[in-house]
Amino acid sequence: MTEFFQSFGMSYEWAWTVATLVGIITISLLVMFSVAMVIYVDRKVLGAIMMRRGPNVVGPFGLLQSFADGLKVFLQETIIPSAANKGIFLLAPIITFTVALAAWAVIPFDAGVVVSDINVGLLYILAISSLGVYGVVMSGWASNSKYPFFSAMRAAAQMISYEVSIGFVLVCVVLFAGTFNMSGIVMAQQGHGLGFVNGFFFNPLLFPMFVVFFISALAETARAPFDLTEAESELVAGYQTEYSSMAFALFWLGEYANILLMCSLCTLLFMGGWLPPVEWAPLYYVPGIVWFLLKTFFFFFLFSWIWATVPRYRYDQLMRLGWKVFLPMSLIFVALISGYLMATGHFS
Amino acid sequence: MTSATQLLKSFTLWEFLKAHALTLKYFFKPKVTINYPFEKSPLSPRFRGEHALRRYPNGEERCIACKLCEAVCPAQAITIESEPREDGSRRTTRYDIDMTKCIYCGFCQEACPVDAVVEGPNFEYATETREELLYDKAKLLANGDKWERAIAANLEADAPYR
Repeated sequence: MTEFFQSFGMSYEWAWTVATLVGIITISLLVMFSVAMVIYVDRKVLGAIMMRRGPNVVGPFGLLQSFADGLKVFLQETIIPSAANKGIFLLAPIITFTVALAAWAVIPFDAGVVVSDINVGLLYILAISSLGVYGVVMSGWASNSKYPFFSAMRAAAQMISYEVSIGFVLVCVVLFAGTFNMSGIVMAQQGHGLGFVNGFFFNPLLFPMFVVFFISALAETARAPFDLTEAESELVAGYQTEYSSMAFALFWLGEYANILLMCSLCTLLFMGGWLPPVEWAPLYYVPGIVWFLLKTFFFFFLFSWIWATVPRYRYDQLMRLGWKVFLPMSLIFVALISGYLMATGHFS
Repeated sequence: MTSATQLLKSFTLWEFLKAHALTLKYFFKPKVTINYPFEKSPLSPRFRGEHALRRYPNGEERCIACKLCEAVCPAQAITIESEPREDGSRRTTRYDIDMTKCIYCGFCQEACPVDAVVEGPNFEYATETREELLYDKAKLLANGDKWERAIAANLEADAPYR
């Protein structure tokens, strides 16, 4: 795209700046739009499993429901509790939202369709997703209210515990791919399974890691069954309790943007990103972004499906799963996989 | 169950997969919800909805101000005042039902000797202000005129069981 702007007679620096800005705006808008649609899908799937209809009145099939909700929330007054720490209180949702969008910078939607194709993309995502917990902790602290505070403490502990095993899973993927670059990881999956199936998902050594990653992703985004940060039966609405209007909407959008990010990470790291499922020439006529969106949507459907199926974990069960099951398991697999790769001469 | 199979089950997420198969089955089942404002579920002839005061076919109001409904009303939602009309018949000058007090027990309908006060099939009378729910005689008679056909049909359907 830089070349396109250079053709208007801009210098390279200016063209690069404009191209990057256009990319950022496009991706932000697209992510916001997908978040709106995905909230609708979430409600529809949940409704269908409960034999309800879900939203079906606003627009055709209720497709405009999220936009109507957004408009409603936008027109409401932002209430700031008098006991709250005003600055941090208002900063928290902004941090959550910004961080949720920032991670999309390194997500490749298709070959070369990425805002910044940096070589440490995966590390960047790890760093950014760790920052996400600050929004939650700050909101819980600044609300100066007991339930948001409990929720923030839970969120901090939960996200830290599961990030550890996510880190080890990513190590396994990187060992196989040999790169931290997101596009490189996708290309390493080409023909990975028996020479014609694309994706680490079908590798018997990496499949258990995929399961660990997926479940940790649920915990990382505080989705059911790990949504104890907003367990409504115990904590009202968790850290969002004191929030209203746009501040609440920012949390809401950030949360779903994070869920979409985790879905796209599953796609990129294990399902071969924009590559078709199998190496077969006709499948390459379908644009890569379609494959990417299809796979991401499939994972989002899994998220909704799980939400509708399983009850919430107890706090000690959550900690047990994170520290006593996932952590040793992923550690063992790091050793196994590096051993396997050494034995097969992968590193020579 | 031995601990080995227990371990195997928990590592293969067996229970989770079973639960998800079940919910997927429900995902494709027909919905039980009706499209409410467009479709409505059937109502029993005995349904106790919004109140109405009925008239005889010649237009004369049925209520004779016996005040049995006022007496029986457990919520004391009904207020009646009466005096003789010019032709000497006893009629109400005031017949108010406070719909915010009413518990929809149907005792007024049962008490009425002339089938004047009835609870009709209408349940969609939500209002924007509380005052609109303090029904007076004119409102109740208007309800009776509006719903007479449905009320008469319901009373006839239920008559054999009274």
